[in-house]
Amino acid sequence: MVQVTSRPDETVEGARPETGASPAPDAAGLGRARAAGFLVPSMVLILLFLVLPAAWTIYLGVTNYRLTGLAAAHPEVVGLDNYTTALGDERFRTSLLLTLQFVLGSAVIGQAGLGFAIAFALRDRRGPLRRVVEAFVLLSWILPSSVVAFLWIALLDRDAGALNVLLHTPGTAWLLDHPMLSIIIFNTWRGTAFSMMLYAAALENVPRSHLETARLAGASTAQQLRDVVFPRIRGHMLTNLLLISLWTFNDFTPFLITAGGPEQRSEILAVYVYKVALSGGELGFGAAISFLMLLINLVIALIYLRMLGRRKERA
Amino acid sequence: MSAITLRELTKVYPNGVRALDALDLEIADGEFFALLGPSGCGKTTLLRTIAGLELASGGSVRIGDRAVTNLPPGQRDVAMVFQDYALFPHMTVRDNIAYPLRIKKVGRAARQDKAASTADELGLSALLDRRPGQLSGGQQQRVALARAMACHPQVFLLDEPLSNLDARLRLEARTFLKRLQRELGVTTVFVTHDQAEALALADRIAVMEGGRIRQVGTPTEVFRRPANTFVAGFIGSTPMNLVPARAHGDELAVAGVRLPVPEEARGRLADAEDVVYGVRPEYLDYSPEPAPGALTGRVVVVENLGSFSLVSLDLPGDDDTTSVQVVVPEGREPQPGDTGWVVPRPGRSLIYRDGELVTGAAAPPVPAPRTGVGADA
Repeated sequence: MVQVTSRPDETVEGARPETGASPAPDAAGLGRARAAGFLVPSMVLILLFLVLPAAWTIYLGVTNYRLTGLAAAHPEVVGLDNYTTALGDERFRTSLLLTLQFVLGSAVIGQAGLGFAIAFALRDRRGPLRRVVEAFVLLSWILPSSVVAFLWIALLDRDAGALNVLLHTPGTAWLLDHPMLSIIIFNTWRGTAFSMMLYAAALENVPRSHLETARLAGASTAQQLRDVVFPRIRGHMLTNLLLISLWTFNDFTPFLITAGGPEQRSEILAVYVYKVALSGGELGFGAAISFLMLLINLVIALIYLRMLGRRKERA
Repeated sequence: MSAITLRELTKVYPNGVRALDALDLEIADGEFFALLGPSGCGKTTLLRTIAGLELASGGSVRIGDRAVTNLPPGQRDVAMVFQDYALFPHMTVRDNIAYPLRIKKVGRAARQDKAASTADELGLSALLDRRPGQLSGGQQQRVALARAMACHPQVFLLDEPLSNLDARLRLEARTFLKRLQRELGVTTVFVTHDQAEALALADRIAVMEGGRIRQVGTPTEVFRRPANTFVAGFIGSTPMNLVPARAHGDELAVAGVRLPVPEEARGRLADAEDVVYGVRPEYLDYSPEPAPGALTGRVVVVENLGSFSLVSLDLPGDDDTTSVQVVVPEGREPQPGDTGWVVPRPGRSLIYRDGELVTGAAAPPVPAPRTGVGADA
């Protein structure tokens, strides 16, 4: 405190004795109360829009709450019934399997693979070609879902679809015959931009001299990727896979194209929850499945984070 | 045999920059060769074109008896050490050294043995299991050298080998490099912008400017007898004094003083021809007393450089900007403001006409490139 260090004669002349404000441990000297005042608004928002709905979902998951009917007025707590029903339900398990296919196919293989391929192919290019490719890839990312869904239905339509005209295969019902393949390719097309941009930035970090050392040793492109590029951008790859896996896992856009059909053959979890909870009105059951999805998301995130952590330890 | 022969080598970048301009050069087998020049002179492009990292726009590159002009870098049998060493951070020192052998599909045991023995030669045995991030700059450089040596290339290419080391380590590494090259006897080309480095290390130096070679010679030749005023100004820790002069028969009028025309230029100058008189500060003797055949002027600056001082004198003349610098041994420095005399040592003055050396000899005598060295290796 200031008074302690100042000499007695100075405090007399200064005539400004310190008032008894509480000693502030913070650098800004705000004091605990005022510092808390700055935090409260955002805490309230987080509580209101994140914590409460989450808690509400967890609560709903253990009730038989419905949109309509008797249970809508007087929901009853049914314990873990919803969870046991879901885990025992063939439709849920099929949906989970389809979701994993969707994530693996469109995010891990499709978006990350294609995104890296484009970024690597364009790494040394500057000028119009690169800008045009990047603009088109970005365009598919920033267009609104509804517009994009309309474009893809127009592309894949059985009777007047552009693809059938191009391939001279009139009458092929792509969305009915290959619903999963359709939405996997669709989501790859839609989300590649993010991976491409992230990898393009990551590749800038690979020193030219390292690639050239490998070339001088006679390394092929595949060997250069294995020995120089991938070890260097591993962190970027894991971060990218984590993000696009979670986004794809929770993606609802495929509903706009196949609506989960035909016969639930493209009913990924996000679509399943929507159908059960909102179309079917079983809010309690839907909430339980949402919570299960949250847990699966957490597991995916933990796996990636563990891999990232191990990488840091080894480095 | 791994001499390097460049014929009419030209490199034009897509943006129109002509980095190499019809360049001819021969580097002998086993030679330690420096490419020296200011930044942007094309020296690094030349090194990278020899390596195959840049493709020549015209001309040819031969290594030994093979034409390699259009071969990819991996098939040229050259190894390059980059300025930043380019060690792979995720591999141990052992794996880094063995990397070229791994690409050449040498068995695991064989390449690890080779890595260990190469590391042993360079005093790296204790570091084999470390990662590059755990090494000092000097150690990293030796690992990079070991990686280059491990696959016994015909040619070593070094890009600014000493520039990433601090001043003290640089001297150590310089001695180490010269000794290593002598023992291995492998043709080695290195790029540097530091003339002292080139003089100290190389058997021969090519001084480059604007994509062309301005002079090729031994360190002694380029230091004592620069072929043109560019080399004269670039080589030497203090640039050569270049003073305007006019020929009068067998004499030169330099800053109001008559000096004899140097032997080799005698009879080659027209009367009243304007030339440039060049003499290194190291080849001038300072005298506080008037001396015959001396230039005279007023001392303006005295710079202490340890065991000697660099003294600048303003010479009288039409334009008062003409000055000369002279090296004065310690204990004999004049004071600024004094009047002093400087005497050129016989046989060390040069005459330049239009920037080129006026000389009788068609080309300075080139000693035969060193061959058959490394008998002890």
